Amino acid sequence: MGSDHRLTTRQMAHFVANGFIRFDAIVPAEINERGIDEMRRLEVERFAPDGLKPPHTGTPLDECYPPPSAIGEYLRLPQIRGIIESFVGPDPTFDHDWTHHIQPRATYVQPLHVDAITDSADPTFDVQLFWYPHDVAPGEGGTRFVPGSHLRRVRSSGLDRYQHIAGEQQFSGPAGTVVVFHHGLWHAGQPNPGEGDRWMHKVRLNPTVPQVRLWNTDDLPDLQNPPSDHIFARILPDSVAQIFRTMHPWMSVTDYRNEQVQRAKLWRYLTGDQAYDVDHYLTRLEGRAELVGN
Amino acid sequence: MEQRTEQQEQQEQQTEQRRERQQVLYLWANGSSLDSGTIGWAFHDGTDGNGPAIPLSTPPYPSGIDALRDGWMLLQSSQLVAPSPGEEHLNTYLEYEFVFERRVTTPFS
Repeated sequence: MGSDHRLTTRQMAHFVANGFIRFDAIVPAEINERGIDEMRRLEVERFAPDGLKPPHTGTPLDECYPPPSAIGEYLRLPQIRGIIESFVGPDPTFDHDWTHHIQPRATYVQPLHVDAITDSADPTFDVQLFWYPHDVAPGEGGTRFVPGSHLRRVRSSGLDRYQHIAGEQQFSGPAGTVVVFHHGLWHAGQPNPGEGDRWMHKVRLNPTVPQVRLWNTDDLPDLQNPPSDHIFARILPDSVAQIFRTMHPWMSVTDYRNEQVQRAKLWRYLTGDQAYDVDHYLTRLEGRAELVGN
Repeated sequence: MEQRTEQQEQQEQQTEQRRERQQVLYLWANGSSLDSGTIGWAFHDGTDGNGPAIPLSTPPYPSGIDALRDGWMLLQSSQLVAPSPGEEHLNTYLEYEFVFERRVTTPFS
């Protein structure tokens, strides 16, 4: 891969199907250690008259967290910039950040939610990077999230009701792990029965260019299936469509097929291929609509 | 005015100390039938831990039918709503919701 740290088509397709992608221990230990100190300062000083402040909303990422800043060093790592560029381009802007600190033996269970407000209908998206600067043991305060929930249209408070969803995950992993969320992914903070503080820095980034083929597309010709790829007819054994056939344990059959449609629409935006389809759902309807001039 | 007997007073005191409380169970299923598989759940306990718990398995009941067999009473199931034009392929909240209750008489101080 050399100096090109952008994601592959296969990684992008998994992100579209799941709403997240994780990179274990991608941030070096030395930055992680200083990162915790900076998170602690940011938590205390954010709203104080003086001290460390987050960037202004709308600031180009390159101008955020100037040196000396461990958060800035992490976000300027070539591997991290390659990931960011793949989703929101080379020059995204800062939306907001937050230091998530769960103290030892904290019992608060945050309700499941999505951030911000109900989405517009277009396929554009922001990404949120969750940086865990220390080891997180299973069940000790890692973020809970629901794979595949990112393309549903809901109101944030409407998710409070769901205490448990089949297939949900709670983050655990080694220090320096970064998990990238589509902004629509359902998630929640969790109790920390452990004896150590749990720190996490979340930053949301907005795209400033159309999010079309921003990743390393060298493998796209091999993986991009034709619109005829149809599970009830013929399929390619290794394709984007196969990845989009991921059915999460909490989905009904109708949910699953609708998700395939939503994933195909998002992939049309990401690739610029307006004929893209999986399992003929869109092509079938579009072909019939042409018969009556729609 | 009729005098209350000692027995009546004792009964009132016992009633005061033993009150009925409600436990509520939400199950979300992967289909519209009560025997469809459980994909989500939530439990709210009006007894504050003094009543029976739900099974520790995940999910606590594989389907709504299993909840009925464990003594839960169905309060409500979600209506089947036709999709609005233009939103036929849009997923929103979990669609098939079943709400159960269990009334528990338990001592309270």
